Amino acid sequence: MTVNPLDVPPDPAVPFQPRSGRRGTGFLADPLRLGPTPSATVGPYLAIGLTWADGVWAASEGSEGGFWIRGRVLDGNGDVVPDAMVETWQADPDGGFASPEDPRGAATYPGFRGYARAQTLTGEFAVFTLKPGRVPDGEGGLQAPHVDVSIFARGLLDRVVTRIYFADEAEANAEDAVLRGLPDDRRQTLIAERTDDGYRFDVNLQGDRETVFFDV
Amino acid sequence: MTGTTSPSGLHLPRYLREDVSLRTPVAFPDYRSTGLRAPLRTPVDLPQRLTEVTGPVLGEERVTAQDGDLTWRNGGEAVGQRILVYGRVLDSDGRPVPDALVEVWQANAAGRYRHVVDNWPAPLDPHFDGLGRVVTDSLGRYEFMTIKPGAYPWGNHHNAWRPAHIHFSLFGRAFTQRLVTQMYFPGDPLFGQDPIYNAIPDAARHRAVSRYSLERTQDNWALAFEWDIVLRGSDQTPFETDDDGDVA
Repeated sequence: MTVNPLDVPPDPAVPFQPRSGRRGTGFLADPLRLGPTPSATVGPYLAIGLTWADGVWAASEGSEGGFWIRGRVLDGNGDVVPDAMVETWQADPDGGFASPEDPRGAATYPGFRGYARAQTLTGEFAVFTLKPGRVPDGEGGLQAPHVDVSIFARGLLDRVVTRIYFADEAEANAEDAVLRGLPDDRRQTLIAERTDDGYRFDVNLQGDRETVFFDV
Repeated sequence: MTGTTSPSGLHLPRYLREDVSLRTPVAFPDYRSTGLRAPLRTPVDLPQRLTEVTGPVLGEERVTAQDGDLTWRNGGEAVGQRILVYGRVLDSDGRPVPDALVEVWQANAAGRYRHVVDNWPAPLDPHFDGLGRVVTDSLGRYEFMTIKPGAYPWGNHHNAWRPAHIHFSLFGRAFTQRLVTQMYFPGDPLFGQDPIYNAIPDAARHRAVSRYSLERTQDNWALAFEWDIVLRGSDQTPFETDDDGDVA
């Protein structure tokens, strides 16, 4: 049986210990906390609400240095998932972000949005972008060029998050704290391979080669 | 705001990671499609760095005047119970999220989506496409007029019917805040048999259900439902500092 601590008389031998108004103490000084809205699956009909004519263009068409990142999303049987949406977010080639949340200030880079979304209706997704620059890792070092990725689909009750790194950035990748924290075989699942018009990045939702997914 | 100051002088916010007991799990066996799709390995903790605490700025330029009223399409009026859906977009610190894009989509009054893979025998409505987009105002408020979506069968189990719901997609300010979810209507008798609703931990389930609003119900026009959406705010868990004030 659980004892309610409020029903137990205070021990006079223990001096009163004031506590800071941290979360969960029940003190009136507690900051306001609202419970985050729980996620739900995007479902099979996401194309109704989330299709943008310009969705795939993180960089505008014809941008100098622009390339395609293409890939499939595969389920536990190795079958293509044709009703997923892949979103990407990344720094510009100078390592800036088109976001006022960047404490260094919002960056502008001509023709670059930094964000793209693409569906897998044809069997693979494709986004057009530029190689991101290296950005600080917050601990005095630099991260390797990377793209943050969210994947949504029927059968996923929350998004799954991963990162794309680039095979032709071996030196930077070797210094990247996130990659270094992963075992060799797992690290490989985050490396996009060079192709004729950009890079290929397949996502394995399950299996021996399950992609590394992150809790962000 | 609580955050991390790095040796390089960058002050980054830290976003709340809500306890897993209050988050919708990515997999839920009763929802059969999760079986081959939801990852099986435990996700790796990703430190929140610049890419994670920033996010795209998407607003008015993505929205047209008709996007906030789903009841009128192709020169005619959609069939169904007209409803106003409204509320605020906040973070878990209670701060409004202004100028934020809110994308919604839904089935029509008969429970049919205007989508090539939805072909169950319920009628399409030529005056309803089920797509809406709005931007929050300076106080984080949003509202749109639509018709109440119908329930529909979906084959997950025998006689499986989805409770009436509206899909919502939000970005917030940062990659960490991205949210895709579904809003339900109060007292729906279909809740008990729906694994998508029941995948939400019991303690958090009420957060997905709107409230009937007599205050905003419009006389001789439309019912109103209020639903506040809460994105992840700052992580206020205290953390240790050393004598120099740096994060240990």
